[in-house]
Amino acid sequence: MNITKRAKRATISSLLLIFVSMACFLPAAQAAMIGTGQIMDYSQAQQDRTHIKALLNRAELAAQLKDAGVDPVQLQARLDALTDKEVALLAGQLDQLPAGSGILGTVLVVFLVLLATDILGYTEVFPFVKKTVNLN
Amino acid sequence: MIAQKATQQLALLTILTLLSACASAPQTQRLFATPNNLPDKIELGQTPFFPQQRYQCGPAALATVLTHAGVNINASTLVDEIYLPSRLGSLQAEILASTRRHGRLPYRIAPDMHALLSEIAAGNPVLVLQNLGLNWVPRWHYAVAMGFDLNKREIILRSGTIARHITDMDTFELTWARGRYWGILTLPAETLPASTDAERYLRTVVALENTQATKQRWPMIHIAYRTALSRWPNNLIAQMGLGNSAYQLADLNTAAQAFRNAARDHPNAGVAYNNLAQVLLEQGKLDEAEKQAQHAVTLAGPHLKNYRSTLADIQQAKSRADRSADPS
Repeated sequence: MNITKRAKRATISSLLLIFVSMACFLPAAQAAMIGTGQIMDYSQAQQDRTHIKALLNRAELAAQLKDAGVDPVQLQARLDALTDKEVALLAGQLDQLPAGSGILGTVLVVFLVLLATDILGYTEVFPFVKKTVNLN
Repeated sequence: MIAQKATQQLALLTILTLLSACASAPQTQRLFATPNNLPDKIELGQTPFFPQQRYQCGPAALATVLTHAGVNINASTLVDEIYLPSRLGSLQAEILASTRRHGRLPYRIAPDMHALLSEIAAGNPVLVLQNLGLNWVPRWHYAVAMGFDLNKREIILRSGTIARHITDMDTFELTWARGRYWGILTLPAETLPASTDAERYLRTVVALENTQATKQRWPMIHIAYRTALSRWPNNLIAQMGLGNSAYQLADLNTAAQAFRNAARDHPNAGVAYNNLAQVLLEQGKLDEAEKQAQHAVTLAGPHLKNYRSTLADIQQAKSRADRSADPS
């Protein structure tokens, strides 16, 4: 238990180190150009803050995706294609956000309710239900 | 005992009546109540079909729309990119990210039935997130809407293992509404959605600039801004985006021209003068660069700090140039 925790912490901090050191190599020469996203949304100060926050979020999300069973080989490419906003949304919420899969853990009472709502055309869970009530 | 049973039956009846009263699909009803310019029926039969393997409706649905958009891909490749083992499913954000990785724009359509049907009518199948169950017992599902029949009030989807899943339009709307009306197109950078506004489209493009893997995407981003300008020629964000992407591609002449256009159409946009000044500096046109940067500083605004540092850079370059020109 303790060891796993420590290992997890080690992973996070090493990832963090990689991300932050990557940030240091970002070209400074383009500082004078104002990016399209900045024009659309933020003042410079906000942009700087969100940038640092985004680096932390990315490190955190990397560890969470790894725990969720994502192949480490794929991890970086998956992270890289996400925007900062998407990273912020995902980090810490992997278990709650909708994950399309088409599965359902059904217990009896739920089964009966969904059967009724399927028949009414309110839901569409069971393929064997043919619509009998027309809406409208 | 009998009374109790009767009460139970009454309760069940009440619940069902209430449910049927709730089960109206507002947007579909509005669609039929007001005139629209949609065809009576259409089915995009050439939409490919990838039957879902196990829980992988996400990869199957994404492969469907990406293939339609000209990407050479199959569902099993996409499993590596978007499938999340712990959830036995795929997240919306990762579908957007994967679309970007394959050089397409993940454009989220407006959250309404009319926008959905308009896209289908224009030949664009739409990847949708449905909750086939209820809010408190969700069954999340990705499918691709690719046809409809207004007379029969039906919608046709590539869904799971069913190539032509025909479903009642009201029922579809209810399941889609529980997925927060989330629907996306995976567009090539040259193509605009059928129904869109500048803001919605440009947010999609700007998001491409805001990922870690932007470098290899600048050519695509540049084309997308050009596409936006073909519809909204005076849009400031599109003009600035065109200039910024040209700058990233080291095409300074195109960048300068784009920023000049932006400054001409939006004389109060300091950002246009600032970015123009930076390009002129790199082109060695120091006098004009200084003039433009000065103008940006005069206009002030939220980016004033940047304008000042641009101006300082230019003045520094000028004094260096003066020193080397005049060795005395």
